[in-house]
Amino acid sequence: MAVTSLKEYIGVPRDTVANFNGKQLVYASWDRHLLFAAPFLTCVPPGMKFREWVEGPLTALIQPDPDAKSVDFSKVEWLKSNQAFTPNFEASLAENGIVHKEQIRFKTPNLNSLFAGA
Amino acid sequence: MDTQVTKKKLGLKERYKLLTRDLGWEPTHHTRDEIYPYVKYEGIKIHDWDKWEDPFRLTMDAYWKYQAEKERKFYAIIDAHAQNNGHLNLTDARYLTAIKIFLQAISPGEYAASKGFARMGREFGGVGTQVACQMQALDEIRHAQTQIHAISNYNKYYNGFHAFSDSRDRIWYTSVARSFFDDAMSAGPFEFMIAIGFSFEYVLTNLLFVPFMSGAAYNGDMATVTFGFSAQSDEARHMTLGLECIKFMLEQDPDNLPIVQRWIDKWFWRGMRVLSLVGAMMDYMLPKRVMSWKEAFDIYGVENGGALFNDLARYGITAPKGWDIAAGAIEHMSHQLFLGLYQWSFGTAFHGWIPSDDDMDWLSSKYPTTFDKYYRPRWEHIKKLEAEGTPFKNFGLAKLCQTCQLPTVFTEPGDPTLTCHREVDYKGEKYHFCSDGCKDIFENEPEKYIQSWLPMPALFSELGGDIGAWMDWVGLRNGIDNGDYVGSQDQVNFDKWRGMATSNK
Repeated sequence: MAVTSLKEYIGVPRDTVANFNGKQLVYASWDRHLLFAAPFLTCVPPGMKFREWVEGPLTALIQPDPDAKSVDFSKVEWLKSNQAFTPNFEASLAENGIVHKEQIRFKTPNLNSLFAGA
Repeated sequence: MDTQVTKKKLGLKERYKLLTRDLGWEPTHHTRDEIYPYVKYEGIKIHDWDKWEDPFRLTMDAYWKYQAEKERKFYAIIDAHAQNNGHLNLTDARYLTAIKIFLQAISPGEYAASKGFARMGREFGGVGTQVACQMQALDEIRHAQTQIHAISNYNKYYNGFHAFSDSRDRIWYTSVARSFFDDAMSAGPFEFMIAIGFSFEYVLTNLLFVPFMSGAAYNGDMATVTFGFSAQSDEARHMTLGLECIKFMLEQDPDNLPIVQRWIDKWFWRGMRVLSLVGAMMDYMLPKRVMSWKEAFDIYGVENGGALFNDLARYGITAPKGWDIAAGAIEHMSHQLFLGLYQWSFGTAFHGWIPSDDDMDWLSSKYPTTFDKYYRPRWEHIKKLEAEGTPFKNFGLAKLCQTCQLPTVFTEPGDPTLTCHREVDYKGEKYHFCSDGCKDIFENEPEKYIQSWLPMPALFSELGGDIGAWMDWVGLRNGIDNGDYVGSQDQVNFDKWRGMATSNK
């Protein structure tokens, strides 16, 4: 049963892409870089190139981390929906299969200044 | 003309019978199912409503008398507090961050509980239950009122209190408590009783109210201590009602057990998420601390909770599903949430701050195996950014959990260096969660939770990402209510007034 109810009940999803005025949500998180308390929320057009998203909002958001300057985005390991993923930097988010509310993660195995002792 | 006869005074037992049990009558025009349409759809089977035990045997007239008495005492103390500048007896105005969160997130929950119990008083089929729920509805609205009145005195002098009801509805960090109550109130009557009567009142009250009230006592907040005392005897009654209700369900029919167990699992987990606010308060917000969040959990959670679940074991109830995961996260949850509250403090109607060296030493001593290893390096880096003139603000906003609605700040069970990522595809939409516990709750009733109103996505879907418009809408005055405590009006004023009260300057 999809909900405990008196009779059949169908909910209306609240955060569908139609409500975002032509944009979509893309979440981003940098694995094991927990200066940032939670994954970032970005609201961007689906036609934005992956490179623009990385060099724009993502790069700006990670600046406070001491490892930010050492990140080479062409070499990091990417995950989409928690699965390994190879993005095409010149293609749009939509062409990369990045849908509304997609979670993108990236790993930088050799960088972890704030967890050096951990 | 008949001679007037002096009526015999009623004994307590007789009085209770007449004023409660005798109020129930057998309907003739409608069936019981028509009158009580919501008592069956959750699957709970009740065979005999009269088996409901009312442990306090309180009648409405006696209730009225006790409450009026307490009310008089309460307002006498609150008046004295106001007239004697009680706010200057606080250890430090930083303490008020805890009270702001309480007023914005918890007091409206009392009001929600009042509405919920008023509804349950109508929906339950037994008269003992109806009367008990009615009294609790009155208690809860009284708690909301006394809290608002007690705290309103601080609103005269300090920022962040003025828009608490808008904060409750609209701001982001309150949604963990709001969604807890919304979830309970949109459930059936039996689940509501487990959510509020059992989980909230019985399992969590010790961890919520006791730390708040002792925190208030330690930090010179007489107003909060007073409403705490005034509510205490009610809480004892509520806890008993919650426990009675759960025993009643379990004794009525063996088929009720799996349903009740699923609700216990769910509401324990939802309660733990609300408690993360309490953890952050105990470990970070009290200038003079009572005990660490971990110590409180060991006493009130592990010992008392353990005893309770041992007691319920004879009905077949086991400890809640997420218990071990919750216990394993106790070392981390307060640190993870406060780090978030600090970096998003441009969007909070209270002040944040970097823990001082003393604060951090205290945290190391309370969390010897985790604080220095995982959390101190981040604060040291944040201190460095502050010293360099580029204080850390995380303008990325946060991914929120679809169920508990907190930012997904929590880490993988067993790995405090990695954020817990959980997602579900349901009918072509993606949904994200902070934990397996919240994901399980969603998957049990997806049609309910897909409707969650999540504050951060709403900033973009409803206000086009305009932070200024959002601040107006949530009642947040930029530069006054939010941001760092150091240099805030609250800090400047408290220090000035306290200086006037304690020196000749």
